[in-house]
Amino acid sequence: MRAVRRTVTAAATVAALTAITACTAKSDAKDGDAIQVTAADSKCETSTKSVPAGHVTLKIENKGSKATEVEIVFPDDRIVSEKENIGPGTKYTLTAEVKAGSYEIACRPGMKGHGVRQKLTVTGSGKVAQRDPRLDKAVADYREYAQEQADATLPLVETFVKAVKDGDMEAAKKAYAPSRLGWERTEPIAESFGDIDPKTDTRADGLVAGQKWTGWHRLEKALWEDKKVGDEEKTLADQLVTDLKDWQKRVGKAEITPTSMANGAKELLDEVATGKVTGEEDRYSHTDLSDFKGNVEGAQKAYELLKPVASKNDSALTTELDKQFAGLNTLLDKYRSDKNSYDFISYDKVTKGQRKELSDAVNALAEPLSKLAAAVVK
Amino acid sequence: MTETKDSSSPSRRALIGWGGAGLALGAAAAGGAVAAAKAGNDVDPAAAEAGGAVEFHGAHQAGIATAVQDRLHFAAFDVKTDDRAEFVQLLKDWTAAARRMTAGKAVGEGAYGGLAEAPPDDTGEALGLKPSRLTLTIGFGPSFFEKFGLSDRRPEALVDLPKFAGDNLDQTRTGGDLCIQACADDPQVAVHAIRNLARIGFGKVAIRWSQLGFGKTSSTTPDAQTPRNLMGFKDGTRNIAGTETDRLKKFVWVGDGDGTKWMTGGSYLVARRIRMNIETWDRTSLQEQEDVFGRDKGEGAPVGKAKEHDKPFLKAMKPDAHVRLAHPDSNSGITILRRGYSFTDGTDGLGRLDAGLFFLAYQRDVRKGFIPLQRQLSAKDALNEYIQHVGSAVFAVPPGVRDKDDWWGRTLFSKEA
Repeated sequence: MRAVRRTVTAAATVAALTAITACTAKSDAKDGDAIQVTAADSKCETSTKSVPAGHVTLKIENKGSKATEVEIVFPDDRIVSEKENIGPGTKYTLTAEVKAGSYEIACRPGMKGHGVRQKLTVTGSGKVAQRDPRLDKAVADYREYAQEQADATLPLVETFVKAVKDGDMEAAKKAYAPSRLGWERTEPIAESFGDIDPKTDTRADGLVAGQKWTGWHRLEKALWEDKKVGDEEKTLADQLVTDLKDWQKRVGKAEITPTSMANGAKELLDEVATGKVTGEEDRYSHTDLSDFKGNVEGAQKAYELLKPVASKNDSALTTELDKQFAGLNTLLDKYRSDKNSYDFISYDKVTKGQRKELSDAVNALAEPLSKLAAAVVK
Repeated sequence: MTETKDSSSPSRRALIGWGGAGLALGAAAAGGAVAAAKAGNDVDPAAAEAGGAVEFHGAHQAGIATAVQDRLHFAAFDVKTDDRAEFVQLLKDWTAAARRMTAGKAVGEGAYGGLAEAPPDDTGEALGLKPSRLTLTIGFGPSFFEKFGLSDRRPEALVDLPKFAGDNLDQTRTGGDLCIQACADDPQVAVHAIRNLARIGFGKVAIRWSQLGFGKTSSTTPDAQTPRNLMGFKDGTRNIAGTETDRLKKFVWVGDGDGTKWMTGGSYLVARRIRMNIETWDRTSLQEQEDVFGRDKGEGAPVGKAKEHDKPFLKAMKPDAHVRLAHPDSNSGITILRRGYSFTDGTDGLGRLDAGLFFLAYQRDVRKGFIPLQRQLSAKDALNEYIQHVGSAVFAVPPGVRDKDDWWGRTLFSKEA
């Protein structure tokens, strides 16, 4: 009884605050539909068990003594959206695009275990159908792009793997960077599966205790650093094909939304900023610029698909993004002699001053790119 | 802020850098009566103790004649755009952000509560912190005037610094098209300011280098305890006080007839990263240390005198003593205003502290200030055995932002100015 009354009050308060403070946000109406989630050490109360499909907002408050994690999960426990590490006494607003169906809201005090769960029914298909058809097309086109990239990558990986197994070091070195391009262009999708990326794309420093090192970078080290390929490498090469075939099969089923596309584009630039500009990604082969280019192309693809909607909502942003994509691409072209080739200068030949110039261009693009998701959902 | 209450001083006073010479390090005495007058950037000491705000607007930019705060984050930027309108818009956006941050407010629409899909405008680490007397001061370097068709606007006084004896400048810590000096009593407030301004600037400008400073190394008020530099000596014993409007006018602010109209009310800033050979200095005998400076280590009194503020008798000092060489009496009266900070950027890979003085000096004309002084010091100063200048930059610091409609650099970019 008391709990119910409190939740209702909280909802009314939130609605009132929204009306006063969020005059610029266009999501006023949606906030009225927000689900209040009160998490504690042994309970997880939700203000409603049913919401319409579309943009779902969770207003989470952790009243427990431990940090908690709140998730919207599919019946099969796949995560739709989550927020980790919500401290005791703190609040967080989680938003997600959710289609009609049965879900659960899970509060996981201490951020472990099955947690305390509440059912959530997302009704109708009305709101989903109402989504801007241009955005539906953007998602569909992006899914197709991701599939094409995976399909085109497999033969290139097989070429690489064959050279490794033949013990043809030079051919293997030549085939290494091209085999990664499709993956680099669509990396956020691969990473969304959780289990493929650690097997295929982990770097030496990314290994956790007890993890066996497999994938591209393990072979990269064998080719460039150890300069020998033995039976183990040959087995690992086969494993890479198996793991990437798994990726190829699952790309089509990935959960993609306009928001995740926009955030994925930003994440690709994050990858560039933290891994490629520093030369950490391909530290043995120094083929970082090829991966760099792949990341930028993938980000640009997602952006171009979202641009019809984004430019309507925020034309200054898309003008800036067009300019910064062009600027970064022009800069990258300085490091290859043929614009149609992905044969870039070895990154160990790129000077500190040049790396700073690249880093500045990445910052110049990534900052406005971080605003793309907002421009799409406005 | 350490400030002792003096009943004879005005209850409100602005405090300031220095009046002596004493290039980077030593404490130098300067003659001249202290005129206790109200200056533009004064601050209520009580407000300062409480972490209050320094007024952003004024005839001069805050952060020059303002009482020296405890912490510094200084950033030099290079311009990345060639679009003049875009750069002017950045100056306006920066001014708006600076106006908010110096008042203790978050940038833009704040650090939370906005659209969940977008990163917040403000980065958030200064939430809940007091304004902490944050000042933000902008300057334009010589290379800036090669852009946007501004070559005919470059002030004559903004000369490229010559190479001085002993300079070992690291190009990645030297120069810059423009600079922003952030000073505050809370280091997090200063860092937050530079971080957010850099973020607003992405695509238009990029940070070339930046320097954190702690422990102001120049005197603030005549009645305050004189701070010590990392060599352990009192530094800037007789700085110009913020209340000394006559000497500020004479030595610091660009005057109406100085030749560059848009700079009237501005100043010229020299920044030098001066590395100290800390370990060798520490092994130096007390006698030699005191001889090098020309003052005693405990009290800070000039050679042969009893008290820090006693008028120095320069001839009693060794000919190459720092204070003697830097004193106005040895330099035809040259006086510059310092507000430098100590720095320690970890260690240098050889197990030695990468530490020293980040020297900041404001003056009316570099050609009549830092350049002749440093010529003298770089040639003769006994201190040179223990220091090395490793970074350098010079900037034209425009006049203050007058009101809420004004913006940084308006007088430079507006033809009517």
